[in-house]
Amino acid sequence: MNEAIKLEYTISDDDFTRAGEASGDLKDKLKKMGVDPAVIRKVVIAMYEGEINMVIHANGGKITVTITTDEIIMELADKGPGIPDVKLAMQEGFSTAPDNIRSLGFGAGMGLPNMKKYSDEMTVETQQGVGTTVTMKVKL
Amino acid sequence: MTVNDIKELLDAKVLCCEEFLSNEVHTACGSDMMSDVLAFVKDQSVLITGLCNPQVIRTAEMMDITCIVFVRGKVPDEMTLQLAKERNMPVLSTARKMFEACGILYTNGLSGGKEN
Repeated sequence: MNEAIKLEYTISDDDFTRAGEASGDLKDKLKKMGVDPAVIRKVVIAMYEGEINMVIHANGGKITVTITTDEIIMELADKGPGIPDVKLAMQEGFSTAPDNIRSLGFGAGMGLPNMKKYSDEMTVETQQGVGTTVTMKVKL
Repeated sequence: MTVNDIKELLDAKVLCCEEFLSNEVHTACGSDMMSDVLAFVKDQSVLITGLCNPQVIRTAEMMDITCIVFVRGKVPDEMTLQLAKERNMPVLSTARKMFEACGILYTNGLSGGKEN
């Protein structure tokens, strides 16, 4: 693989049942490329949590995945309300998800912590009222 | 333990992907919170849950989970089962409660796996 491969996914705004389609598609593609299954698992879990977050909190958004010879970069960009306190949001158990989301099995305050746990590098750029971009890198 | 052993031990019905009943299962995870399931990677796990929606299948898919058991006689809707079929994910349903189902599998040799 000499040149970077770029994949783009649009995450729909409020269709919770479809959340995870992009991560499932990426998993299939990485498998076909012969990427190490342990790396695939890290990538897709991190991205799936991100996808769920985008649907719950940000009315969807766009995910760009770049696959190079030595890493996979996922950029999750939304135009949601932004995160007022990133440090607080990174704490396991802290959640602002509504009750209807909890009844669907999410909103336990593990989303961002899991994304950090499964990526080798993660940055969060956020501005209230403008949106949030989370960039995660997983080494190949 | 195989998926078929789980079916027998829990007196469960197979809702889809019967062709994978011989797949091996080494660990188990019982939870209704998918965020918690996603926090702990285990190999060749069975997911035991009372939550019934498509995100259970998605979560299992991301985690490379071997099979899903719905407790308390729950049966997911057709859309959820269709997704499981597409992802080759065996789905079982048992009348046992979560605590009982976990206890039966634990006493028959399945562990919770190591924390990652």
